[in-house]
Amino acid sequence: MATPGHAVSLEAQIDEWRSFLRRRQAIHAVDVTELEDHLREQVAVLTDAGLATDEAFLVAVKRMGALDEISREFAREHSDRLWKQLVVAPSEPGGRQAIVPTDAIVAFALAVAAAALVKVPALFGLDLDGDAGFYGRNASLFVLPLLTGYFAWKRQLDRRTVLLLVAAFAAAAVFANVYPFAPEGSTEVLTALHVPIALWLVVGIAYAGTRWNEVAGRMDFVRFSGELFIYYVLMALGGCLLTAFTVVMFNTIGINPETFIQSWLLPCGAAGAVLVAAWLVEAKQSVIENMAPVLTRLFTPLFAAVLVTFLGALLVTGHGVDIERDALIDFNLILVVVLALLLYSVSARDPRSSPGLFDGMQVVLVVSALVADAVALWAIAARITDLGFSANRVAALGVNAILLINLAWSAVLYVRFLRGRGSIGRVERWQTDYLPVYAAWSALVVIAFPPLFGYA
Amino acid sequence: MEINKDLVAASSTPIVLAILAEGDSYGYAILQRVRDLSGGRIAWTDGMLYPVLHRLERLGHVEARWEVSTGRRRRRYYRLTTRGRAQLAEERRQWQAVDATLRGIWRMLEPPGHPASAFPLPAGA
Repeated sequence: MATPGHAVSLEAQIDEWRSFLRRRQAIHAVDVTELEDHLREQVAVLTDAGLATDEAFLVAVKRMGALDEISREFAREHSDRLWKQLVVAPSEPGGRQAIVPTDAIVAFALAVAAAALVKVPALFGLDLDGDAGFYGRNASLFVLPLLTGYFAWKRQLDRRTVLLLVAAFAAAAVFANVYPFAPEGSTEVLTALHVPIALWLVVGIAYAGTRWNEVAGRMDFVRFSGELFIYYVLMALGGCLLTAFTVVMFNTIGINPETFIQSWLLPCGAAGAVLVAAWLVEAKQSVIENMAPVLTRLFTPLFAAVLVTFLGALLVTGHGVDIERDALIDFNLILVVVLALLLYSVSARDPRSSPGLFDGMQVVLVVSALVADAVALWAIAARITDLGFSANRVAALGVNAILLINLAWSAVLYVRFLRGRGSIGRVERWQTDYLPVYAAWSALVVIAFPPLFGYA
Repeated sequence: MEINKDLVAASSTPIVLAILAEGDSYGYAILQRVRDLSGGRIAWTDGMLYPVLHRLERLGHVEARWEVSTGRRRRRYYRLTTRGRAQLAEERRQWQAVDATLRGIWRMLEPPGHPASAFPLPAGA
């Protein structure tokens, strides 16, 4: 008879064996369950025959065969598995309940709710064409509360956090709607642009749950954001196809679906897609390689080359930066892209590996972006008094300053890392600590700018 | 006696189908039955049976279902389908043809006068 001590060690051994199997891509959880049943029966038979549990375990594992060979056989039979085509990986074998997990049901229900929520203002006579300002300011409020709710449910957040999140959304709804914005004024556009940024941090707090205070928790949220963006773009492409399909099909029978598309398909689809994309990222996070770092790897050298060439051209031709148009906004976009490239390569970097060629490239990218931005700022600073401080310009300057500080300090930390006087973890920490700054600035723009600039 | 890999692979389908023709079964019991039937001459590597079962399932020759066994473990049972039965008959015809041919060849190689009983083979296949 097995003593309790034996039983525990057998369980531990089987656990370990199971985790070895689970690491094989071609062997799914279902198969592991099946093989485990086999192993346990073999062990039981052998112990009945008089072997000690640990001996029986060893013999049973040996009879099972070499893991590599089994894995190869499984891969041959299930070659599709090497592609990881899992929209929903049923983690539990067989059972009906695994086919449609609650998670998916909740996500899709919330997606439908978001789609419906977009149409609620229409009941009060507000339509997309006539009240573009209202929809612009509130766009994120149709979707992000539901997304936050999804994570609050998934992470089972405590009451206090939930109240905090609700308060944040309530505040956003108030500030987005109480001010008497001038029609088509720039403060209204600024509000529309900044409310989502501020609220994205609220989503992040729900996403990270109790781990928001940890660097790793916030970094996961950054990863999530990148993947969500990619999934969303992919879904948008699918949506375009669906739209084109609808138009072509219905035009052939003399029905013009334009109104349906503009007031139903596009807005509802765009809102619902956020939740579906979020669910997909959650479902796939451990299954599929993250795409954002892959794209980063591809584009970091290219962006670095373009920036360096740009600086070279600036030097050679001696052209100044044309700041008549809203050049600063363009430069902000460049900085955002560079920051994203930096952030997502850091997010996927193994913190233990030593600096390599790619890290050098990263520094070239960041430094050349900083220099390019400094040139633009210099040009603006020289003429800021003639140009005047409009709401747009101040907002753009503020964002530029925030990005500049972030990238400059990142560059310093990165160079230190390259010279072996600091770890890449410092960059990661700096980036994740900086996240609230974007939200704080966005909140400031939403709350203070409209009154400051006369709602114009 | 070590049976070569190709032969093991080729014979696994009719053997598994035949065992399932006796009644529904699961991995461990199937392997046990193979050992018994072959008098220990055929001993597959345990883990290798499962990809075979999954292939037969994909081809529609067997159906699988989960059952909760004693000790509340989940166990996957396999059942022969009508298609599997037809496949078994087909396999049987093919193996009989191979077997008949080989018997003829063994007999031909046998020096005249000596009966083939030096090779104790089971009747049929």
